[in-house]
Amino acid sequence: MSIQTFLDIALALLVIGVAVWTIVARDLFVAVVAYVVYGLFLALVWIRMYAPDVALTEAAVGGGVTGVLLVAAGKRLDMSAIDIDRQKPSTTLAILAAGCSILLAGVLMIVILSLPAPAPTLAPQAAAAASGPGAGLGNPITAVLMSYRSFDTMLEKVVLILAVVGVWSVGADQAWGAAPAPFGPDRPYDALVFLAKALAPVGAIIGFHIFWTGADAPGGAFQGGALLAAMWMVALMGRLIELPRIDARWLRLALVAGPAVFLAVGIAGAMLAGSFFAYPSAFAKPLILSIEAFMVLSIAVALTMLVAGPPYRKGAP
Amino acid sequence: MTPAVLAALVGAALVGLGLYGLIVHPHPLRKLLAFNLVGSGAFLVFGMVARRGAAAGLAFDPVPQAMVITGIVVAFAASALAVALVLRLFATSGRVDLDPRVWTRPDDDSSTS
Amino acid sequence: MSTAIDAFTIVCVAAGVFFYVAGTVGLLRFPDSPSRLHALTKADNLGLGLVALGLLPREPSVLGALKIVVIWALVMLSGASTAQLIGRVLRRGRR
Repeated sequence: MSIQTFLDIALALLVIGVAVWTIVARDLFVAVVAYVVYGLFLALVWIRMYAPDVALTEAAVGGGVTGVLLVAAGKRLDMSAIDIDRQKPSTTLAILAAGCSILLAGVLMIVILSLPAPAPTLAPQAAAAASGPGAGLGNPITAVLMSYRSFDTMLEKVVLILAVVGVWSVGADQAWGAAPAPFGPDRPYDALVFLAKALAPVGAIIGFHIFWTGADAPGGAFQGGALLAAMWMVALMGRLIELPRIDARWLRLALVAGPAVFLAVGIAGAMLAGSFFAYPSAFAKPLILSIEAFMVLSIAVALTMLVAGPPYRKGAP
Repeated sequence: MTPAVLAALVGAALVGLGLYGLIVHPHPLRKLLAFNLVGSGAFLVFGMVARRGAAAGLAFDPVPQAMVITGIVVAFAASALAVALVLRLFATSGRVDLDPRVWTRPDDDSSTS
Repeated sequence: MSTAIDAFTIVCVAAGVFFYVAGTVGLLRFPDSPSRLHALTKADNLGLGLVALGLLPREPSVLGALKIVVIWALVMLSGASTAQLIGRVLRRGRR
């Protein structure tokens, strides 16, 4: 057994161990912390599977932004004693649930171990899309996202906007149009203000870099957008800037800009390049990068607004 | 057993673990955490499929990986919506119980409604 | 030359891992939260610094080496700030 196999098995056991800890933890806060740790270990597993883009996304969105969301939610729920947290499930339910999950996991494992031997793959088409005149990008995943399956990516941006609208609509009726509740106290600790002042600009530059370099190296719009959203959240927590009102025009324009530009280019492609969402071969790469720039803006704004929550006005129910 | 197959087996175990947590925990945020475990386990299975599809000079098949990236972001959006709903439920009623028996009074006669 | 670089990397990374283990032992064994925080920040920062130092000569370009140093600086910054915040909350008596 080589060193690498040993390390792989150790990593697998670590991931499962932290996942078990998430499930059996007594306290909600402990479970959330365990979930963030789990996300970071999962990023290592993705690296092991030759998927650096996915590892970046998992660490940024799955571990980081989801962690902020859940910790903020747990803090808001914690304010009164919630004894639902302490309820133990009945033993029959636990045994039944354990039986179902073992069955499901077992069936999945059997399916995994009996997949067809010459694996079916779309890699040749994707590589052709990446290097051909349609995209001209060095990163095949960005080529798949923006050229081979561009319609799916645009629809996914629309899903993000729908989620933001859903979160906004949950707020109180009288609070419509106001800004969401702030992330923390009005006078944050100076360590937090220092962190915001020092980290946010550096992190923003790194976010831009990850987005820009995603055309030819691991990275891309989602990862860069998630990092920009995180830096915006840090600045909001340090009260360097305030949350915008949700009826601010620039906010809504920024949210919609990504899919709108994407859709406009797609329709223009129908007229100028022959088919819906095709890019004219002369400007494929610059066009993709400019669509991605608007996408990064939309993703950053959408992720931050999703974590910030519904609009809040003091005194509204 | 390649690292990809091992990771997919871990993913299958995570799906089972998450299903157990989803059924057993009464608190909705714990259910949400377990549901995210199920999602990331399923993504690991996708990752194995991507790794097995290495061809045409690439070390992986980029299409499943692009799907996983999309899936992670959409899963986060769904989690954010779920959290907003739970927080609103708590703000209006002071409880986050999902059991319908907690929300009805003992003298409610639902058979005539 | 490359064996010298490999030896340097192994020594530095091993020392870094030792400090990480020391920090984790402190996290598990110290009696109260401020001392655990102390163990974590001091040991883990030094551990990361040694690991980063060990990886520096393996980078083919100066820009890559600079990126490793920037990563180390960012982790120090966020680790130190977070430890300060946790310490402040602990002193106030909240959870």
